Formats: sequence, C-alpha cells, structure tokens
Amino acid sequence: MTEMLRVSDLHSFYGESHILHGVDFVVERGELVTLLGRNGAGRTTTLKSILGLVDRRSGSIVLNGREVIDLAPHRIARLGVGWCPEERGIFASLSAEENLLLLPEFSSEGMSVEEIYRMFPNLYERRKSPGMRLSGGEQQMLAMARILRTGARLLLLDEITEGLAPVIVQALGRVVRKLKELGYTIVMVEQNFRFAAPLADRHHVLENGRIVQTVGKDELQAKQGLLHQYLGV
Amino acid sequence: MKALFGQLLLGLINGSFYALLSLGLSIIFGLLNVINFAHGALYMLGAFAAYVGLVQLGIGYWPALVLSPLVVGVLGLLIEVLLLRRLYGLDPLYGLLLTFGLTLVLEGAFQQLFGVSGNPYPMPAQLSGGADVRFMFLPWYRGWAVVVSLLVCFASWWVIERTRLGSYLRAGTENPRLLQAFGVNVPLMFTLTYAYGVALAAFAGVMAAPIYQVSPSMGSNLIMVVFAVVVIGGMGSIAGSIITGVGLGLVEGMTKYFYPEFASTVVFIIMAIVLLVRPAGLFGRER
Ligand SMILES: Nc1ncnc2c1ncn2[C@@H]1O[C@H](COP(=O)(O)OP(=O)(O)OP(=O)(O)O)[C@@H](O)[C@H]1O
Ligand SMILES: [Mg+2]
Repeated sequence: MTEMLRVSDLHSFYGESHILHGVDFVVERGELVTLLGRNGAGRTTTLKSILGLVDRRSGSIVLNGREVIDLAPHRIARLGVGWCPEERGIFASLSAEENLLLLPEFSSEGMSVEEIYRMFPNLYERRKSPGMRLSGGEQQMLAMARILRTGARLLLLDEITEGLAPVIVQALGRVVRKLKELGYTIVMVEQNFRFAAPLADRHHVLENGRIVQTVGKDELQAKQGLLHQYLGV
Repeated sequence: MKALFGQLLLGLINGSFYALLSLGLSIIFGLLNVINFAHGALYMLGAFAAYVGLVQLGIGYWPALVLSPLVVGVLGLLIEVLLLRRLYGLDPLYGLLLTFGLTLVLEGAFQQLFGVSGNPYPMPAQLSGGADVRFMFLPWYRGWAVVVSLLVCFASWWVIERTRLGSYLRAGTENPRLLQAFGVNVPLMFTLTYAYGVALAAFAGVMAAPIYQVSPSMGSNLIMVVFAVVVIGGMGSIAGSIITGVGLGLVEGMTKYFYPEFASTVVFIIMAIVLLVRPAGLFGRER
C-alpha cells in the first residue's frame, strides 16, 4: 500500500483562536478512516485545514508524496481532493446540473455524468431544479456526486448523514461502500457511529484539537467501552 | 411631441450608459465585495483614451471602441492585483475608500493634463446625420449608442446567466471560498471580473464621447446617479441592474420634459422611496 495522505503536527488557527494542536494521522491509498469526536473537537477544522481553508496552519500535510501546507486551496483541490462540506455547500442560484458540472475535472479518472446519474437516479430527475429547491437528501447526494466527476481520488466527507432519514442514510452507506470498492481513499467525519463502524478501516478520536485515540477495525470489540467514553454515547 | 420624444431618446441613451455602468458595479460588488467608487473615473478614462488616441495617435472611433476598453481593462488588472487584493477580508469600507482615493488621483491628474473644460470628440462619419421618423428626428449615432449598449448588456446577462463560464461567476458570488476549494482559481476570477467590469465602464465612456464632451469630471457627474441606480435595482441581480438603469434613464428623460426642475433629483427621490419600502432594492435579494 502507498500513502495517500500524511498529516503531521498540524496546528490551525481561525484569527487568534488556536484550534488544532498538533494533529497526526496517515491514510493509505484505498483506506477509509473516520474522524470522531464530540461537537467542537476540531473534526471539520481538520478537513478544512487539509484544503487550506483555515486562516493559518502549520505543520505538514503530504498528499501523494507532495507537501501542500503552503499551497492555495484551488491548487490543493486540483491534486485530487474532493470535499463534501458539513453544510453541503450547494450553490442555491445554480441548477442541480450546473452544480454537478461546475467543478473542474482534474484528471480523466473521474466518473462520467451518466455513471453519476446511474449511481444517483434522483439527481437525474431533479437536474433542472435550482439548488435551493432540493431537499436535504438530494442536496447531500448532489454534494457527493459532484466531487466524483472531478477525478479526485481522496474524498473528505463531513457528516454526510446528518439530519437525513434512515432510508437516505442507507442509500449513502451503499454509495460509500461502492466508492471504497472503486478504490477511493476516504476521510469521513461522522457522528453516526453505527453508520461509520462497518465501513471504516480505522477510527481516530479527536479531542480539543488533538487525536487522543486510534482504533483499528479489528480492535473495535475490545475498545468499544473506551470509544463510548470518548464520544459520550 | 417632438420635444418629448427627443428627451425620451436622450433618457434612453443615459439609461443605456447607466445600465452598462451599474452592471459592472454589481458584478464587481457581487464577487469581490468591493464598492468600486472608481467606476466613474474609469468611464472618464475610457473616453479620454479614445480622445487621446484620436488627437495624438490618429486612432479613430471604431478601433477606439475596442482598444480603449482593453487599455482600461489592463489598468483594472493592475488595480486589482496591486491594490484591491490587499484589502479582501477587511470591511468593504476599505475598498470604497481606496477606490475613492483612486478617483481623486485620476481626476486630478486629468485636470492637470487637460484642464477642466470639455473636449469635443467628433462623431464617426458613418453615423453622422439622422432621419426623420414619424414623430421625431433620430440622429443615427444616438440610435447606435442605445442599440449597441443594450446589446452588450444583454450579451453579458446571457453569458452570466446561461453559460458555464457564468455559472462560475454566480457560484463565486455566493461563496468564493467554497468555489476555490473545488479547484477553481478564484483569485484569477477576481482579477478578470474586475477588469471586465471596468472595461464595460470604459466602453460606455467611448460611446459617450461623441455625445457629451470629454472632460475630467464627466465620470463623477454620472457615477452618483449610477450608484443610485444600483441602490434602487438592488445588488445581486444582473437583469435587475440593466432594467433599472434603462428605466431610470427614461424616467429622467420624461421628467426633463414635464418638470425640468426635478430632472436631476428625481432618481434620488425614487431611491429614497425604494429604500423605505424595499431596502434590498427592486430586484435585490435580502442577504
Ligand atoms: N470560522 C471559525 N472561527 C472561529 N472559530 C471557529 C470557526 N469554526 C470553528 N471554530 C471553532 O473551532 C472549534 C472546532 O470546530 P469544528 O467545526 O472543527 O468542530 P467539529 O469537530 O467539526 O464539531 P461540530 O461539527 O460538531 O461542531 C470549535 O470550538 C469552534 O467553535
Ligand atoms: Mg463539524
């Protein structure tokens, strides 16, 4: 296996607030890892820092062997990073299809529009609707779908199941499993541990801007109590 | 009757220029969050580029129609890269102050160089004269100015609202950070959008040169009304700024005929009323 992402001693700031205090983790190509933690632990900030979306950051972020800590967000994205933001980030004044086609293609490895519509049939029916008319589930599907077209091979998914009905969560579970089969590397922030547990190779628990615990999928049974304690579930 | 239609035509011409200018202002404000006070000065610069080109270099109206917006557009690139870029993330007031200062510098420099009085710019020979249509005399140049300005406005609207290129501008206007995180070179978009907006102003300046005199203060006279147009139309709607610009030009023209005393204030009275009734403007969305 080769390394897709290595985050070392990552510190991040919003203005004067020091949010991440030395985050370290490694993701191998084709792996799915989660970032778990309580509200405000710094999980979203970790994803944003990888893309350069915080005010200031230090440490090291190596993507596919390349140091990106000093690159602008669009340059980092073009190295093959797809972001599904917590608030979904559907552009309200663009139609569903315009949202889908908006993102530039970084490589020829991306899915075709036909493949994407096959994976998300609802989006095909809603393609002409303005972004602001889509339901929460449709928005989430669209937010996932549009990063698959670009050829990004590292996906950063932030709480994709949040606030969605169980059937939609199940559908998303099938999509994520499929993506893993297709060889995508995925970093997933989740509150819904039951959603994440069967999909993930490894779980990282964040607390106050640090990774305080790492649990592999084969250790889940043994460390379940510990995880519950950290997550307060 | 003839006098009324004459005023209406003049109103339509002014309205087309308002539309060109407010269109540029609102795409710049929408994406960059900069209130570009220098817009009037850059309109003036567009007219002067054509004038200087003619007097010093013998470049006629037709090439100037393309060259002058290009020159001013390049100046716009420099302004964005060297100055405006440093102010992003701060209060929009800083951008307003910077561009206000720039306006004073540009107008002052042109007063030094060319004096305060107006310089006549000859009408292109192909468009001099006019025709008697049923109820008025229609000077060819004025008809041309209206049609071409509106065509440029419409083409800009079409590109922004209907094409993929335009979808970048709309998305960037909503959330530039997010768009950049998706791999779009948003800093470059900012530069090009500013350049395009000011090139539109310069284009209006060249169109205006044969109708009005070319003078250092021509921009500041116009820009006040254009800001009122933007407030009335509301930020954030491309079609809205075009329609409002043309509409207010017509209203002004009509007022000149019926109550000449009111003609220079009517736009501001409308602005006050709109602000009271619909603070986001006629076409604006509340943010
Ligand atoms: N733009 C911002 N400016 C200042 N502080 C911020 C900003 N965004 C987040 N924070 C702070 O950073 C800390 C970590 O936030 P983050 O969004 O990373 O949390 P999280 O783990 O994703 O949790 P959740 O999504 O459940 O809120 C919080 O204390 C939050 O208040
Ligand atoms: Mg979060």
